[in-house]
Amino acid sequence: MIDTSLFQLICFYAFAAVTVVAALSVITLRNSVHAVLALVLTFFSTACIWMLAEAEFLAIALIVVYVGAVMVLFLFVVMMLDIDQEKLREGFVKFLPVGLVVAAVMLVEMLGLIGVRFMHAQTMGDNPATAAGMSNTAWLGMALYTQYLLPFEVAALILTVGVIAAVALTLRHRVGARKQHPSEQVAVKASDRVRIIKMAAERPTDSQPSPAQESKP
Amino acid sequence: MADQLINQLLLPLLYTLCVVLPLVIAVALYVWWERKVIGWMHVRMGPNKVGPFGLLQAFADVVKLLLKEVILPTSANKSLYYLAPLIALVPALAAWAVIPFSDKAVLSNANAGLLYLLAMTSLGVYGIILAGWSSNSRYALLGAMRSAAQVISYELAMGLCLVCVLVLSGSLNLTDIVHAQAGSKGLLDWFWLPLLPVFIVYFISGVAETNRAPFDVAEGESEIVAGFHVEYSGSAFALFFLAEYANMILVSFLASILFCGGWLSPFPASVPVLGDANPVWLAIKVFVFATLFLWFRATFPRYRYDQIMRLGWKVFIPIGIVWVLVAGCMKYYGWVHVGTGG
Repeated sequence: MIDTSLFQLICFYAFAAVTVVAALSVITLRNSVHAVLALVLTFFSTACIWMLAEAEFLAIALIVVYVGAVMVLFLFVVMMLDIDQEKLREGFVKFLPVGLVVAAVMLVEMLGLIGVRFMHAQTMGDNPATAAGMSNTAWLGMALYTQYLLPFEVAALILTVGVIAAVALTLRHRVGARKQHPSEQVAVKASDRVRIIKMAAERPTDSQPSPAQESKP
Repeated sequence: MADQLINQLLLPLLYTLCVVLPLVIAVALYVWWERKVIGWMHVRMGPNKVGPFGLLQAFADVVKLLLKEVILPTSANKSLYYLAPLIALVPALAAWAVIPFSDKAVLSNANAGLLYLLAMTSLGVYGIILAGWSSNSRYALLGAMRSAAQVISYELAMGLCLVCVLVLSGSLNLTDIVHAQAGSKGLLDWFWLPLLPVFIVYFISGVAETNRAPFDVAEGESEIVAGFHVEYSGSAFALFFLAEYANMILVSFLASILFCGGWLSPFPASVPVLGDANPVWLAIKVFVFATLFLWFRATFPRYRYDQIMRLGWKVFIPIGIVWVLVAGCMKYYGWVHVGTGG
């Protein structure tokens, strides 16, 4: 018999291993497009781990938002860059000590955090979604829009402000820029462009053949 | 052990084959139907030499493509060049896991089915971008850039349309969404009526999302030869082709399931036989939507790039946002009849 919890554990370690390897290759791969793809793989396997933890909404949202939109834009930008790979590698040894210090500080901080959490360890309660007999997504929506409505709205407002700020920063009105106005284009009538006038027919008085006709072989 | 293996590994594999194989054959027939329909619209015959009514033309083309050499362009990025067609095809096939064909016939009756679909359709663009970048060609890169911008823009509009559907149905499960459209009035109970603007926006976004005419700037034969797949030949090209047509059929299925009642009958339940729910109804609806794709291609000239962006951002997304509010009001005040799930 295959033990389901053992199988879950194996899956977890497999996904975790993929995540770690992919995350490492993000910073070690020479080709920047490959590095972006490694980051995509990191997100994807992280989503798989969350799926194992029965956080299906978070997992799929991670894929829709980060893999489907943010990373596409990233890839878009990186593809356009013509980075001199050798130049980038030059500073590797020079900046290594700084990088090591930052990494060490982060490691100590994380260990401290994990230690504090461990000391206050509480056993996690049952999954509230399964306790309420709802799917993960439905429960999350219920909690967000009832219990946490105000923080949720505030977060949404902050994000909107961020969007407006980004637009305002990049939007410059340049003088002399040409624009098309589709509404005007659609509203155009034939009489705006062509003027038809009535006149009596005329016979050309000059009967000399044109030079273009003469030079014809 | 053996029992478990059969139940958990072999049977799902068989079921998956039961979806994928008909899908591939459907793609072949769809290509034939496209050439026939567009031929008739151009007052031509379309393919009529291979097999009865030219039906075997698509299969002959497949054999031809598979026998051709796959050429690797100079200084192309080899690994990504070969990976790109697969990345395009896998999400196009994976999305079918949650599509219900009738009350019981569905591979995975996932609760978050609609979200899963959104995730899968958003992955397909990687195949196009990587194909464009890795083939080391100007035309291919231009096609990839256009396609990336277009797909991201229209995904937002599409997402808003899906939000409207799930507000009314109150579920992300596709089977429940179909059940929510059941009612005594048949055709008039489906979501296309209360969500009419969103339904139109959804289908047009679907056409844009699959890079089909009139939104086919990613390929744009007359501008950039064939866009992202210009360097691909043989079986690698066949995979892109398969992915594109599988996605078109998928969008047709989604439009039928989300807005047109899936396998529900258009006639009121009181009509005998015709009023019963049947997968045949789903097939008819899908056929109509799939044919609309072809009709669009034969009718409309290609959109200019800036026109595509304007349509997506300035027309479709505002309509979507407004209609989310309208759908919320409909649900809150009970203006719409919503059938019971299950």
